[in-house]
Amino acid sequence: MTDKTKSDKSVKAEVKSENQWTLIAKRFFSNPLAMGSLVVFVGIWLFSVVMVGLGPIPGIWDLNYSTPYTQVAPNGAPVAEHPFGQTTIGQDYFAMTMRGVQNSYFVMIVIGGLGTIVGTVIGALAGYYRGWVDSFLMRMTDVFIVIPALVVGAVIGRISGGLGIYLLAICLGLVTWMGIARLVRGEFLTLREREFVDAARIAGATDRRIIFKHILPNAVGVVIVASTLLAASAILLETSLSYLGYGILPPEVSLGRLISDNQSAFSNRPWLYWWPALFIVVPALAINFVGDGLREAFDPRQKRFSRRRTKELPESA
Amino acid sequence: MFSYVVRRILVSILTLLIASFLMYMLTALSADPLEELRTSSAPNKDELIARRIELLQLDVAPPLRWLMWVGGVASCLAPFAFECTLGNSIEGFEVALLLPPAMASTIRLVTAASILAIILGVVVGMVTALRQNSAFDIGTTFVSFFLYSLPSFLVAVLLKEFGAIGMNNFIQRGDPPQISLIWIIGLTVVSGLVWSLIVGGTPYRRLITFGVAGAATAAALVYMNLTNFFLEPSLGPVLLFLLIALTIVGVTALTAGLRNRRALIAAGIVGVIGYICYFTLQGLFDVSTIWTLLILGVVAIVVSVLVGFAVSYFGPDKGQVIRAAGITGFFVSFFVLIDRFMQAWPSYMANPRINGRPVATAQDATTGYSGDVWGTGIDQLMHFALPTISMLLVSFAFYTRFARAGLLEVFNQDYIRTARAKGLSEQTIVMRHAFRNMLIPLTTIIAADIGSLLGGALITERVFAIAGMGAMFNNGLRVLDLNPIMGYFLVIAILAIAFNFIADMLYAVLDPRVRVK
Repeated sequence: MTDKTKSDKSVKAEVKSENQWTLIAKRFFSNPLAMGSLVVFVGIWLFSVVMVGLGPIPGIWDLNYSTPYTQVAPNGAPVAEHPFGQTTIGQDYFAMTMRGVQNSYFVMIVIGGLGTIVGTVIGALAGYYRGWVDSFLMRMTDVFIVIPALVVGAVIGRISGGLGIYLLAICLGLVTWMGIARLVRGEFLTLREREFVDAARIAGATDRRIIFKHILPNAVGVVIVASTLLAASAILLETSLSYLGYGILPPEVSLGRLISDNQSAFSNRPWLYWWPALFIVVPALAINFVGDGLREAFDPRQKRFSRRRTKELPESA
Repeated sequence: MFSYVVRRILVSILTLLIASFLMYMLTALSADPLEELRTSSAPNKDELIARRIELLQLDVAPPLRWLMWVGGVASCLAPFAFECTLGNSIEGFEVALLLPPAMASTIRLVTAASILAIILGVVVGMVTALRQNSAFDIGTTFVSFFLYSLPSFLVAVLLKEFGAIGMNNFIQRGDPPQISLIWIIGLTVVSGLVWSLIVGGTPYRRLITFGVAGAATAAALVYMNLTNFFLEPSLGPVLLFLLIALTIVGVTALTAGLRNRRALIAAGIVGVIGYICYFTLQGLFDVSTIWTLLILGVVAIVVSVLVGFAVSYFGPDKGQVIRAAGITGFFVSFFVLIDRFMQAWPSYMANPRINGRPVATAQDATTGYSGDVWGTGIDQLMHFALPTISMLLVSFAFYTRFARAGLLEVFNQDYIRTARAKGLSEQTIVMRHAFRNMLIPLTTIIAADIGSLLGGALITERVFAIAGMGAMFNNGLRVLDLNPIMGYFLVIAILAIAFNFIADMLYAVLDPRVRVK
């Protein structure tokens, strides 16, 4: 928050708002499951970066994800040189999986970020201005909701298949913002009736200032939680699309693609299935838990309420 | 209300039009259906190109073509339409003719998956809410988060490997197939643990539950081994009797409470009638068709309701008694049917097309298999079981979380406190006061979930090679064939809009606090 904003509020309110954020952070940090998940989530990404590098920076793993090497073990079984085994043509599966993890994370962050920004802006405008702006934007949201994201994604992915992972991620981000838009709109509809908004308006604040400096900070908890959950579903969306053959195309690696390429080999070379499967499920699970931890941190009422309930129930049961 | 409905329908149509326009233009502008012909070396290349241009009306600009397509759709949706066209696929098939069989397959899959997911999810979610913060609750929460993070193609691969191939091997190799001792012990312990966690209470009570549930599981498994269950399954008169007795007690306890003697008597009468029918109807079952079964099912429910009505005629609580009798009737007929299906199992297994490997991994029916209603029923079940499981897992997790949160919220309401204060039994509070109010928001959720299930069918149909709408879309998309893609889109969009519409209407009907304007 800039100094200018601080001057809008009394000193007391300022202290309070700081306290609130510290409280939220404290609640989140004291949640072992959420913190553990956060560590796992970031750890996996760091591990993949350290191993195979990021972009032009090389990692400590010197094998390439696209070069076919000679088969070391029969059947491409995992050995010391190739801990995750090798594909039928001899590519190093460890390098491929790590590359897939990075692509997965990239797509997830772009979808999560873009979906959140677009959804927040649309929801904020609709909820703040109401009237025809709201009708128009919400009808537009309905248009996008009509088609399942997987279907739009498949069409876009099929078309943009040759255009690479960046464009794919951006296109997918532009079709997954609807949930957040509806959520933010709901928040704005209630928040805009509160006294502090009236006060800001009387003080002469512009609409833009009211939306972004006064209302949005109050709705940010909902947005953050929703965007982590969007990110979790983005991993599944990308891998599912790649599984269908419309997402990330070879020579680039996607974990979903690895599964679909190797599913027929499951019975005799199961590691070709288990490693990518693990690196799809664990990050998705971790970010789901992070989102849940954030939800609890932002909205502690539920937790407190539930503790009281547990005390009540055994007596009445 | 009426003007609201009309406006909603108009807005829905507008939404559909715009969405279809976007989709049409997106696909039409990016796809070049002539590309493969241009690069082909066929001697009659020009003729082929001309024919395809005529077939797909490629000489018309995309926006105009979209208008023509909309015209075709309108003629399909209008009542008494004699001419219905959704355009042609690249191979020259009419999409309007391709669509219905594909739809049937997908809708069957999605319906089965969503109904099962709703029932299981709501039951498990309610139990977790009632046993909040117990080990069972935490375990279920963990499992549902895990299921959220599990893409359906991962599950499908595992199901194919273990559910189908593993099960088939187990049935085929064992002579007769026997559940090994390790499995019996493992399942016994697991079932005992889960049940003792669900029932909860004092350590002594948990121990008792553990013992009873474990013993029941072990007995069931040993019974399956002894009677060669996997080759010649049957319930038989004894087991059927036990199941019916359990149903009577269970249904009465849940719907009316065991203290309600009338409900218990009504359910009991229904159970006895069902048990008698089991012996008398076997001859009719042998010559039954699907329609006979449907009529029998309706008759069974009607008779049960009548029994309930007769028993409660001179007393209070008509609704409860009738409900208890009706639900009992449903379950009893279900068990009788299950028994008959089991009787048809050996002949199904012996069929050369099946050849002792019943669980299928692909397609929606065994090619070349023909049998009576029981045989085809089993065939359908064996083909749809695994795809349905792989589809319902995510929805199941979703409904579990939702039912749990919903019930906890309802429990916090004042009317529940009032109900407790006036000394109603826990069963009445949960089943009559809390359960129904919890179901109201569920209508909205179901609409959203069915939309995502329809999308998810894309993957499931691909993995299990089912010729449904998803497969049609997939094949269309692979060659960028516009009309099948739009046909698929049309059905998905109409279903999504219709379900949302129904959900909103239902919500307004169920919850009088919601006003539609």
